[in-house]
Amino acid sequence: MERSLTTDEHRRLLGVSLRVRERVVRTVFRAGSGHVGAALSQCDVLVSLYERHLRVDPARMDEPTRDRFVLSKGHGGLGLAAVLAERGILADHELDTFGESGSPIGMHMDHRKVRGVETATGSLGHGLGIAVGMALGARIQRWPTRVFCLLSDGECYEGSTWEAALSASASGLTGLCAIVDRNRLTMDGFTEKEVPLEPLADKWRSFGWRVEVCDGHDHAAIDACFSRAKDQGPAVILAETVKGKGVSFMEQRPEWHYGSIDSAKLDEALRSIAEQHRAALAAIASGGAR
Amino acid sequence: MSESSDKSQSKVRGFTWTVGDHALLSSSDVWGEALVEAGRADPRIVTVTADLAETTRLQEFKRAFPERAINVGIAEQNLVAVAAGLAAMGLVPVVCTYATFAVLRAAEFVRTDLGYGRRNVKLIGTLAGVAYGQGGPTHHAAEDLALLRAVPELVILAPSDGFEMAAALRAAIAHEGPVYLRWGRGTETPDASKRDAPFVIGPMQERVGGSDVTVLAYGPTVQEAERAARRAQRAGVSTRVLAAPTLAPLDRDSIVCAAKETRRLITVEDHSIVGGLASAVAETVARAGLAVRLASLGHRERYLPMGVPEDLMAIGGFDEDAIYEEILRVCRVAAPTADDDWEDR
Repeated sequence: MERSLTTDEHRRLLGVSLRVRERVVRTVFRAGSGHVGAALSQCDVLVSLYERHLRVDPARMDEPTRDRFVLSKGHGGLGLAAVLAERGILADHELDTFGESGSPIGMHMDHRKVRGVETATGSLGHGLGIAVGMALGARIQRWPTRVFCLLSDGECYEGSTWEAALSASASGLTGLCAIVDRNRLTMDGFTEKEVPLEPLADKWRSFGWRVEVCDGHDHAAIDACFSRAKDQGPAVILAETVKGKGVSFMEQRPEWHYGSIDSAKLDEALRSIAEQHRAALAAIASGGAR
Repeated sequence: MSESSDKSQSKVRGFTWTVGDHALLSSSDVWGEALVEAGRADPRIVTVTADLAETTRLQEFKRAFPERAINVGIAEQNLVAVAAGLAAMGLVPVVCTYATFAVLRAAEFVRTDLGYGRRNVKLIGTLAGVAYGQGGPTHHAAEDLALLRAVPELVILAPSDGFEMAAALRAAIAHEGPVYLRWGRGTETPDASKRDAPFVIGPMQERVGGSDVTVLAYGPTVQEAERAARRAQRAGVSTRVLAAPTLAPLDRDSIVCAAKETRRLITVEDHSIVGGLASAVAETVARAGLAVRLASLGHRERYLPMGVPEDLMAIGGFDEDAIYEEILRVCRVAAPTADDDWEDR
């Protein structure tokens, strides 16, 4: 079975998540606007992936057999850019150009322009099929490559997502692991009020996937899911998340899917991120889940 | 032209061709074999289909390389996305399904994942135009080029017989980047004289020489145009035929040259005249400031009925007879002269 995180490792991951969240809100402040809610909800899953599970060498992002990560929810580009910067794949000065006209770094990330990004996304429902192709490509060439794909729950409305889900299980792609950022919010409101997606786990299971459900902000739980999914795919992790997580005034508010931050709001956001970080550290110290 | 619909009625033969016949067709066999050869030489080549391997000539490849032949089920968006993913891993996917589904159903995937993604995928759309005429308008593909011509960097090839298709496929595989190959029915007799002819992406080919009028065609209308041109020669009209097996990047020089030399242009295609070669030629001569008499044969902003391809080409007015009549018609009118050009002043 998987080993649970050591306390030190858990603290380290929380520290990375803290810095990624700070980068996200600072970048939105500097750029004027961005998909801040989505970037914050996916943050801990991506930190876990890039810090512990994705087998890539930041200095050699063109190594053919490296693991692949596909950000199918392309509007999470800001959050990915922050993680890549934290991992040293993207330079800080590059992240600083986020959203500027002509900058390679923008709302939707793009393999034609940004080193370390595997494919251009932004239009929803493309990523899982591309990830299926990557996993097939790895198998045909007998590479050990694992392929990870992060979807928004909103992408579970796209028919093409389910086309890809069917073909993945039909092909028995054991090295494929999808994660659904289940924050229950889309542009127009709450998924279960607009067009309900539940029972979502049953849907994936019926398409032949191994399903893991976890608190998408609990590093120990996320880590355990990634470990269990290894070689057991196609596997999907339904990461129960809070949109805008870490910034109290943004949490679970549809209007923060995409937004702007002035300097007062930036200070408030940074304070909130720091407070939640301290609370998470305290919870570890007292033996709690976080 | 005006009599073509009456005349075509007499040509309608009803159901004379079925999907089953398609498996026996000679011209498609030629490129099916070429694909197997290419697969033998290059282990990066894989095929992907959406449940149509048997009728699209991927079946031989599947028998030869079962581990490199993928069927995603009847799911064209996923077909294109999976191909993009395979290409991202260094493979060269040859993707094949009916043109109407490959392009119209999956259009945004082709644009975003293959075009913008600059993936090294070879997308073959078969039964383009009215090649699957009896399938009716749901299975006719008269809009694929109108969509894809607007996709930057995408190479678009439309060969006119099996040998040219085989050569085009080899050229497409040698080209690094996304390519759309438009293929019709494959019933025509392969032109054995072209067995070893190399295929160069880009230039148009002069199939028949002439100085009064130029007919520009691609795909199945090339052979129709050649026959019509020979008839016109016998009637005293010197008719040039240019085949355009590459639609993107477009050979604008050949169009401008033909416009200047013959002053009368007729485009012929089994595709809508909106967004097809008709548009491409009109745009080119207009931008060059050339005065020409321009006629456009093809799908004319209406849905064609169900029927065998030969009949639909007659009904639609882009078969040999229609081309012949159009050649005579445009030549009854005086051609513009060089003095009419903006460019020449």
